[in-house]
Amino acid sequence: MKERLVSPKRSTVAELEGQLHLYASETYSYATMTRAAVLGLEDGSTWWGEAFGDGQSASGEVVFNTAMTGYQEIASDASYNGQIVVLTYPLIGNYGTFDRAGESRRPWVEGLIVRELVGTCREGTIDLDAYLRSYGVPGLAGIDTRALVRRLRAKGTLRGVILQVPPHRSQTEDIAREAVATARSIQPLAAKPLVVESTGLERQVGSGPKVALLDTGVKENQIRCLVQKGATVKTFPATAMAREILSWSPDGIVISNGPGDPAAIPLIAAATRTLVEAAASRGMNRALPILGICLGHQLVGRAIGATTSRLPFGHHGANHPVQDLRTGRVAITSQNHEFQVDEASIPSGAGFAVSSRNLNDGSVEGLAHER
Amino acid sequence: MWRISYLEPLTVDVLERIIERERPSGLLATLGGQTGLNLAVQLAESGVLERYGVRLLGTPLSAIQQAEDREAFKQLLLSIGEPVPESITAHSVQEALAFAARVGYPLVVRPAFTLGGTGGGVANDAAELTVRVMSGVAASPIGQVLVERSLLGWKEIEYEVMRDGADTCITVCNMENIDPMGVHTGDSIVVAPSQTLTDKEYQMLRSAALRIIRALGIEGGCNVQFALDPDRSPTTDPEAQVPYFVIEVNPRVSRSSALASKATGYPIARVAAKIAIGKRLHEIPNAVTKKTTAAFEPALDYVVVKIPRWPFDKFAAADRTLGTQMKATGEVMAIDRSFEASLLKALRSLEVKGQGLLWEAPAWVEVTDPTRFVDEFLSAQPTDDRLWRLFAALRRGAQIELIHERTRIDRWFLRKIARIVRFAEDDLQGRTPTPALLRAAKRMGFADADIATLTGMLPADVRRLRTQWGIRPVYKMVDTCAAEFEAVTPYFYSTYEQENEATPLVGPKAVILGSGPIRIGQGIEFDCCCVQSAGALRERGVAPIMVNSNPETVSTDFDASARLYFDPLDEESIAAVLENEGPGPIAVLAQFGGQTALNLADRLAAIGGEIAGTSADAIALAEDRRRFHDFADALGIPQPPGGTASSPTEALAVATEIGYPVLVRPSYVLGGRGMEIAYGPEDLERYFRSALEAGTGRVLVDKYLRGKEVEVDAVSDGSETLVAGIMEHIERAGVHSGDSYAVYPAQNLLPAERDEIVALTRRIAEALPVKGLLNIQFIVENERVWVLEVNPRASRTVPFLTKVTGVPLVKIAVAIALGSSVAAEGYPEMKSTGEVMGIDRSFAPALWKSLVAAGLAPARSGKILVTVADKDKPEVVEIIEGFHWLGYDLVATSGTAALVRSLGLDVTEIKKLAEGSQDILKLIRSGECAAVINTPTLGKTVDRDGFLIRRAAVEARVPCLTSLDTALAVVTALRASAVTTSVAPLAEYRALEPVVTTAAD
Repeated sequence: MKERLVSPKRSTVAELEGQLHLYASETYSYATMTRAAVLGLEDGSTWWGEAFGDGQSASGEVVFNTAMTGYQEIASDASYNGQIVVLTYPLIGNYGTFDRAGESRRPWVEGLIVRELVGTCREGTIDLDAYLRSYGVPGLAGIDTRALVRRLRAKGTLRGVILQVPPHRSQTEDIAREAVATARSIQPLAAKPLVVESTGLERQVGSGPKVALLDTGVKENQIRCLVQKGATVKTFPATAMAREILSWSPDGIVISNGPGDPAAIPLIAAATRTLVEAAASRGMNRALPILGICLGHQLVGRAIGATTSRLPFGHHGANHPVQDLRTGRVAITSQNHEFQVDEASIPSGAGFAVSSRNLNDGSVEGLAHER
Repeated sequence: MWRISYLEPLTVDVLERIIERERPSGLLATLGGQTGLNLAVQLAESGVLERYGVRLLGTPLSAIQQAEDREAFKQLLLSIGEPVPESITAHSVQEALAFAARVGYPLVVRPAFTLGGTGGGVANDAAELTVRVMSGVAASPIGQVLVERSLLGWKEIEYEVMRDGADTCITVCNMENIDPMGVHTGDSIVVAPSQTLTDKEYQMLRSAALRIIRALGIEGGCNVQFALDPDRSPTTDPEAQVPYFVIEVNPRVSRSSALASKATGYPIARVAAKIAIGKRLHEIPNAVTKKTTAAFEPALDYVVVKIPRWPFDKFAAADRTLGTQMKATGEVMAIDRSFEASLLKALRSLEVKGQGLLWEAPAWVEVTDPTRFVDEFLSAQPTDDRLWRLFAALRRGAQIELIHERTRIDRWFLRKIARIVRFAEDDLQGRTPTPALLRAAKRMGFADADIATLTGMLPADVRRLRTQWGIRPVYKMVDTCAAEFEAVTPYFYSTYEQENEATPLVGPKAVILGSGPIRIGQGIEFDCCCVQSAGALRERGVAPIMVNSNPETVSTDFDASARLYFDPLDEESIAAVLENEGPGPIAVLAQFGGQTALNLADRLAAIGGEIAGTSADAIALAEDRRRFHDFADALGIPQPPGGTASSPTEALAVATEIGYPVLVRPSYVLGGRGMEIAYGPEDLERYFRSALEAGTGRVLVDKYLRGKEVEVDAVSDGSETLVAGIMEHIERAGVHSGDSYAVYPAQNLLPAERDEIVALTRRIAEALPVKGLLNIQFIVENERVWVLEVNPRASRTVPFLTKVTGVPLVKIAVAIALGSSVAAEGYPEMKSTGEVMGIDRSFAPALWKSLVAAGLAPARSGKILVTVADKDKPEVVEIIEGFHWLGYDLVATSGTAALVRSLGLDVTEIKKLAEGSQDILKLIRSGECAAVINTPTLGKTVDRDGFLIRRAAVEARVPCLTSLDTALAVVTALRASAVTTSVAPLAEYRALEPVVTTAAD
């Protein structure tokens, strides 16, 4: 299915007459598309626009993110592995891409959908287009992204496929039909080894108390923050056994963010359970604190016997209000998760309580052990 | 809304008396701009708040003081590690010069505690520094200026932040100035959100803004301005932060907050008020989504561009350079899905006739070489027309890099602007539109009019093609959350996309045309009328649909109408709104939005609208002074003798026949030029020359009658007419009504004159006929009444008269426009008996309040400088005697001094500036001068002395009286001001038939 598309020449205006015309590329004039693309969703809707980035097709769950800056951070967040991301802010690419903005070694999104792709003017940066191209990630520009987001909001996350064609085949029925049919046949997230793909190599940075970090798709910023706070951070691949981690004698454990459904990774869940049990068996004087973020939080939730479920369309953005239930203070948080810990399922005897809550939908954003 | 309202001068004395009377438990001071903040500080410092047990709500006094006292604020910032540019506070030139010797130039001077940075500026050398510091010290109420290192050319970024009592902080939005540091924010083209900042820079400044609002302990809204180093690459020196400085913090809602509110849909003022009474952000519902709360940060899925509106179309000779002193009178905002479209839409919203994308100044046209163009027109200090200069330079093929180097405008913006220009030049110029090309042009934001010009068609042809090809705008919602949640806000903008979110409103509805940007002659009064008309429509079960482009208004609050279209007020955009609300015809109220709305009146029928109220033809008849002249003649309505002229020869002939002085005005109001009095043929010829240059066309030449000018606001259904009140101007005819002091009720009319005025008003209303509001200006002289001007629309005095008389003029006008009558509304036709604006029980105290409110009240003792033109000498006698009687010392230039001596009074003679002495300016700045009386010399030739005197007076905040009528009124007010003024709620005055005066500031 992953057909590589070679565009032999730029098509002429005459060939495109009557079609929806797009200005996604950063050309100064009335340029024509070099590649057309269509997004087909499982609900049967199709969205024609202009392709950018890599020339192949993309498939995955289509989700949206409402942050107005940070497109490279979003694209390189491993939690998006398996997903096509729609950015709601209409101008994307304004300040280019550069090494330091990457949250991991590569972009993980299956595809990126924007209203308008903009070239960079910042010295020393690389265009988003070139960045995605170099990692084989395709993009779709020029569509009414707000209309698409409204659809996703109403229907929940939908599976989708981006197909690319030469411009003269833009708006053709059969391609659109193919995209929809393919979207309907996509495997659910649970069937893909998303976490294992995303995990990085073992490494150790910083100095100070020892923090073991189970890398289920970690964002670089988490490591940076821990090191800034004065910790030695050793990352363990997602396939690590609990005893490997414990044998390093960490002072604390972090289970990172990551992609996909926490219920679909039984081995990692089992390792988490062992870690949680090990922590619980320690006395107060030898406490082993565990911090779970995003997928990590969901894994800890499952480890104590709670269940997890899908949110209607996930939390993806930089403006989510979360209230710390102990202080009452509200923090504006950056979020990217598709799943939640079900509050009603938290076992009463486990000694855990909800510590923070999302103020938009009331979902659980934090659990804390009651001492 | 409010329970009790006071229309009183905003001074500590008056406020204390109100507090004494009402005994409020709290005072909210952070929503009234700098004025409110200053008063709150004064009330607190003078012990008034403590004495009456009044609690300051929201931001604590200590925070306000800390943010406003530049030195204390600097120390606070330094204590939390926030960088501030090197600076000192100075009270004298010497201190400033010593600082300059240490840090070098350029330096910026800002006066402390002033609105809009009055008196500030950039100094590049010692001479400039001296001037800036002197005027800054004079402008500052505490005689203090800040002198700091200039960050000219750095990026200027603003954050709007909020904090509640539980220390929860959010940023509402950030904004980036396209004009880098060096141009006042109020004079900058601004885009929201920022476009050129990396995520790291965005977050770095966001975190800094939150640290600052926490350190200050603000409870409510706050605005933080930063300067960011533009030249640092995000890739170099990866761990070091990009250098930035905190430039300014306003511990209150500001002009930028208003813009941020409209740009995001987040109601900052409303939320700030709720925080002030103790609510937490997460306890305040989000009025837009009704599902989430105020504790979140708005996500935009569009681009907002603000362009300032400058008054230079009215002040052709003014200094058009932009600096740290704000010169704009208003602003427009536009929303779209791309920067290009948003910028072009804002350009359309400016309503500067003829100044579209393709406009070029005559001086530019001959400079065709791009580099020379940049050298000549883009390398010096920025001017108000810089955006057009950029277009012109890029049209000539100037390099972005060169323009960037000279203007320091970020390359990103220049590339976007270049895209617009290249599209116009390469793809539209001389081409035949195709569906694809037209759609692409519309998506980029080109107006039909621009496409027409470029492709050699008529705008109507472009629209026809668009209709034929189905290229029409859709409307998207401003919902604070980028569609993440379902929203109920009826706030929309147009764009060329696929999905339309604004389905036509069901049921009876009417479109209200707003008043656009605030400019000379069209202030916020018209917005007030628009808001009232929306309320009146609602009461009658008709859904009000508002169209406006001005973010500084109440009419663009999303709850002021049933639906808001934030779009330009031009034919193209109104046509699109009407089509979207169709099928038509849809009722349109055009009489409340001032000239802007009226300009569209005669086009409405053609674009799917139906004017509600006074017909388009009746409006056109009144607007065209020549047609109106004939109409009035036919009705036997007396008008000053005169005629029309289209050449100087004709004008001279008319003037000779009727005799000088004559009043000259453009025959069509839209000409944009004001009236002038010509005392002889030279004046007339000069006026004519400039009128022709301005493209005014025909000119009316009328006998200048030196009578009283009187103004009437009325409402009529075409058969019955309700005269709400007769106002008398303190200055006689010749001074524009908007620049006159007015008193209600008229003080010097004989009963017969009043009757005649009412009778004429009625006759005109019936003959036109008027269905709605009507404003007429009369001249009254020796029991004779002449009609000067008729405006069948809301006038700027409608809100004023509505407040003091309690007659809901707008409400009645809306009822009539919808088919009701004066009688049916329960306001039987009545004759105003005319009693009395400042508001008080009699004229003198009322006038005194106006003067205080306008900041024009002279000190109670000191020197009065008198220097008047020869023609004014006879009339100034009474004024001189009056000031002498009041115990002031008189100072005068030679001619005037001779006059004073001839009256047997003491006078100090002072040399004129033209005589090579600076004494006059020194006196004005000395603090001993209580007032200046200076009348312009004949005509409008350059009056250098007068200009410098008036300017010095304004800078030193000394009342400057340029009309003898005003001066006489001031004497009257002073003589009577021993009589105590009263302070009472508005409703109480209404019951007592008060006297009200307005003062033009």
